[in-house]
Amino acid sequence: MSFTTVAAARPYVGAPRRGPLTRLLEDERWLGGLLLLPTVVLLGLFIAYPFVKGVMLSVTDARVGVPGHFVGLQNFEEVWNDSIFRIAVWNTCVYTLVATAFKLALGLWLAVLLNRHFRGKAITRAFILLPFIVPTVLSTLAWKWMFDPTFSVINWILFHLDLIHSRINWLGEPNLALISVIIVNVWRGLPFYAITLLAGLQTISPELHEAAAIDGARAWQRFRHVTWPLLLPVTLVVTLFSVIQTFADFQLVYVLTGGGPANATQLFATYAYQIGIGTGLLSQGATISLAVFPVLLLVVIFQLFYIRRVETH
Amino acid sequence: MAGINRRRLLQLSGAGMVAAGSGGLAAILAASRAPAYAQATTVHWLRWSDFVPASDALLHNQIAPECEKALGIKLNIEMVNANDIQARVTSAVQSGAGPDVILALNNWPQLYTDSLVDVSDVAEKLGAEQGGYYPISKAVATVGDKWIGVPWCVGGGLVAYRKSWFAEIGYDKFPDTWDKLQAAGKTLKAKGRPFGQALSHSFGDPPGFWYPWLWSWGGKEVDTDGKTVALDSPETLQSVKAAVPFWNEACDSGGLAWDDSSNNRAFLSGSICATNNGASIYLEAKRKPDTYQTEKGTPMYLDIAHAPLPKGPGGQFNLPGPFTNMLMGYSKQQKAAKEVILWVNSKPIFEQWFTSQQGYTDGATRYWEKDAVWNKDPVLLPFRDIPIEGRLMGYAGPPGRASAEAQTKYIIVDMYAKAVQGTAPQDAVKWAQGELVKVYT
Repeated sequence: MSFTTVAAARPYVGAPRRGPLTRLLEDERWLGGLLLLPTVVLLGLFIAYPFVKGVMLSVTDARVGVPGHFVGLQNFEEVWNDSIFRIAVWNTCVYTLVATAFKLALGLWLAVLLNRHFRGKAITRAFILLPFIVPTVLSTLAWKWMFDPTFSVINWILFHLDLIHSRINWLGEPNLALISVIIVNVWRGLPFYAITLLAGLQTISPELHEAAAIDGARAWQRFRHVTWPLLLPVTLVVTLFSVIQTFADFQLVYVLTGGGPANATQLFATYAYQIGIGTGLLSQGATISLAVFPVLLLVVIFQLFYIRRVETH
Repeated sequence: MAGINRRRLLQLSGAGMVAAGSGGLAAILAASRAPAYAQATTVHWLRWSDFVPASDALLHNQIAPECEKALGIKLNIEMVNANDIQARVTSAVQSGAGPDVILALNNWPQLYTDSLVDVSDVAEKLGAEQGGYYPISKAVATVGDKWIGVPWCVGGGLVAYRKSWFAEIGYDKFPDTWDKLQAAGKTLKAKGRPFGQALSHSFGDPPGFWYPWLWSWGGKEVDTDGKTVALDSPETLQSVKAAVPFWNEACDSGGLAWDDSSNNRAFLSGSICATNNGASIYLEAKRKPDTYQTEKGTPMYLDIAHAPLPKGPGGQFNLPGPFTNMLMGYSKQQKAAKEVILWVNSKPIFEQWFTSQQGYTDGATRYWEKDAVWNKDPVLLPFRDIPIEGRLMGYAGPPGRASAEAQTKYIIVDMYAKAVQGTAPQDAVKWAQGELVKVYT
């Protein structure tokens, strides 16, 4: 048998034979689904499952260790008639609105300042981030000492500067207690705004500012007509995140006041914890937590819609 | 090292198995060695971080190793902040895994009745051996005739006060009525030495003062049926009306923001003349006589005495804090855990821990009233009678789940907090009555 004959007798093997899996993965629809799978699993485990579990708990009379029975919307009705819950709703709204407004205004101001060139810029930016980096519980404990009725360092300084003659009961007076927790929230959340808005500012081409300056625009006009419109999408996203975080804030108030005095600083999350964990009424705790959901959903829908509109224009 | 032959091994494991299988702790102790089944067993015990650190050290360094030696069971003790225990209980029960034994405070066992193991055999055996439990310890640890926990000890507060400061204004002993205390507190507050009391959201001190205050004026949460809310009464209204001038004239207004350790710090720094507390203030001052001193440079602990809360028209009361060990239903080591509870509560072992407390807590049974610890320091002796004179939350009903909910929502405490912040007393009482009705129905 000659060589030529043998070669001619072989079947054609120019391309490797493709298995069913390979063929499946070459289909973009399947490959796309496969690549999405880890994300879907993670979201399902850590977001969808707790959410669905929360909804299921809220329509039962479950307690710790007792699965409970279906009770429809009875928990929502009870919670709605609960005077402490109403206080918590009011406090949470005030807390979120005031803190977000201050964080946005001060964060923007700080971002504009940090966007300038000055000596020690890098180290200043790093320091600005500190409140955001330090674990909230630790920094809040430090604030608790600063607000302590007996040992407040703030009172000590004000007293020695002759600005006050009797101590300020930071966490003991109802209105002042709410203001105090808002101050700490602003302090902690400010770096998030400042650094994110700074990143947004740095994407704005200096040429636009130069062109506006050549056309005679002054600093405020340049900010109003060049910086602000270009920064708006970033600002809206930052505010969206911040509103969600502030609305659901827990650690800060839990450590500082535990919701007191007389519920003056009670928020959704602290009250849900108090009822769900402290009293073992898991269903009512879940109901209180879920009460946040429609409000946050509206905020998210509104802001995403607005962002889309801004980007389209 | 001597080797173990086959015959010796059979003897050893046989003794252990017989002991574990039939005779319980007594047989194990009689056999003088650990039962064979328990060699690899670990029991996880979750407790609060004690206000007497020496007791925690004793449990870790001495009692846990002793347990392994005596029972062959490794005792893994975990201490956490008392405020975090309930979160741990909830997550453990819901997930079906966690510590085998959890030390509960106050009436918490009543919140988890369906998730706890019946420990009647252990509790009744210990009770019978040690002179019987105090009614308050039994009340929080039982449902009907069933024991859902084994009482461990009883904490509670007395007023720690500066003897010399009260003597300066003419009081040789602590005022025994609220009127006298208000008058003394007014004088002392004018000197920058107010009475210190938490009126905030914290689990220990605020209820520890304001529930007895309510009772001492004749007020009560519910009737004896444990269901009919009876807070809105002339007696309660009187108590709220009286609380306002008492607070404004005699107390440190910072108490509205205090947690359970704030009054300790305020007292030890010389900022307040007196406060209702456990013995921890005195014990700390005694432990560090050079750190905590009076304005005259003498050790502060020598100037501290303890007295019961004053009496009002309705009597004189305190709110003891019973501690109960709960054996969790999900535990896979229930038998071993029962052995541990029995062993650690046995007289020789519990005595070590009880002695380390120096009077900070009482035993859960009457046996410990006669312990030598009470002869060591007369300043701590008044703490011995706390379990006898106490009432529990939910009075005049039983300390059940609803009373725990009312306390967790701080309804009684906030009734007074609202009044001292300017709410009309009758409105504060009506608000609290309405909240209690929702809890109890």
